[in-house]
Amino acid sequence: MGLLQQIAEWFTQATHWSGEDGLPVRLLEHLEYSVLSTVVAALIGLPIGLFIGHTGRGAFLAINLSGFGRALPTVGLVTLVFLVSGLSIWPVYIALVVLAVPAIVTNAYAGMAGVEPDLRDAARGMGMTGWQRLWKVEAPVALPLILTGIRLAAVQVVATATIAAYVSFGGLGRYLFDGLAQRDLPQVLAGAVAVAVLAVVTDLLLAALQRVLLPRGLRLRRAQASAGG
Amino acid sequence: MRWSWFPGHADDLASLTLLHLQMTVLAVGLGILIAVPLAILAHRVGRVRGPVLALTGVLFTIPSLALFILLLPFTGLSMTTAVIGLTVYTLVVLVRNTIEGLSSVPPHISEAARAMGYGRTHVLLAVELPLALPVVMAGVRIATVMTISLVSVAGFIGQGALGQLFIDGFQRNFPEPIVAGIALTLLLALVADVLLVGVQRALTPWTRR
Repeated sequence: MGLLQQIAEWFTQATHWSGEDGLPVRLLEHLEYSVLSTVVAALIGLPIGLFIGHTGRGAFLAINLSGFGRALPTVGLVTLVFLVSGLSIWPVYIALVVLAVPAIVTNAYAGMAGVEPDLRDAARGMGMTGWQRLWKVEAPVALPLILTGIRLAAVQVVATATIAAYVSFGGLGRYLFDGLAQRDLPQVLAGAVAVAVLAVVTDLLLAALQRVLLPRGLRLRRAQASAGG
Repeated sequence: MRWSWFPGHADDLASLTLLHLQMTVLAVGLGILIAVPLAILAHRVGRVRGPVLALTGVLFTIPSLALFILLLPFTGLSMTTAVIGLTVYTLVVLVRNTIEGLSSVPPHISEAARAMGYGRTHVLLAVELPLALPVVMAGVRIATVMTISLVSVAGFIGQGALGQLFIDGFQRNFPEPIVAGIALTLLLALVADVLLVGVQRALTPWTRR
């Protein structure tokens, strides 16, 4: 297991923890790309998903968007936008946002579509307006799936932000591509470990956030369901 | 865009598409061979279910490029590395959908088969698996489309099939191969999905009545 030792050594060397090519800087760059892309994707995807779910119009679009999102090869998208637009960080952001939007739209839509018709009718019967029904009834009930969509998108973005380094920018991907170019296997493997750990940690943190943000009413309903089940 | 590039490279594009398809079929096929027994085990033995779902979930969270690279010390820059990585990614969807499909079989149907004298294995093969097939096939469709898109990530370890066009195009500052690669990947995903819907309909004739 000499290789494991080499990876561990790579992580313990002080030079890998400071300076422009140090882990803290690369990690912050990686987070910068990921957070900004996920936030922009949510700002685009959530209104679309909520609108489709609330009105029921465009459901066909929402369902097919997810298939398209799954089939679209990200590497191709990044390299193409990069060649067309020239040397800047925008292709990376564009590609990451395009990658993240489908998961957010389809999950928000699925959450909204899963709201029981009885619940919608009750809200309508109480005299709520369209906006009130959306904000006070449908969106809170759909929240678990809405957050699942954001979580899936964020994890995918963290994984894919690695490609920023391929088109000459920073982030944890630098270790992968520099290491591959220099035939420095410990560096490549250490980079892969760092990206993998970041993705898993992102997933776990967002899963915890999802539990914290679960509306009290839904928590109650779940508790009842499991007690009565 | 130099349109003449496309017909001039039709042969290359066709062979890359074929390779892409081979890698996908291999990965999804291996995925099914691993996932279905795992899912049956998880369905039968309740204690196994949580760990199996958790393990495949964590493997799925690991970025594909990182996974390919972590396999390098064992299998090198080979197609084996790419196929193993791709297979691992199909597992989460296939296992989850197979378990879901098996749990969706109404208990009274399995019990009726048992009462007619079917053994447990016979019930599984002749009753439960066929009834679970629509949900399983939904998983196979998702896994296939996802794999077709993911093959291109293996381009970074030299095994990207159509994804190799992205690397070539980028390195030579040449958009035509990239456009061809994206278009063929999307087309392949669409055709594969339509074919799998056909397979599902052929395998479950009773759902059409």
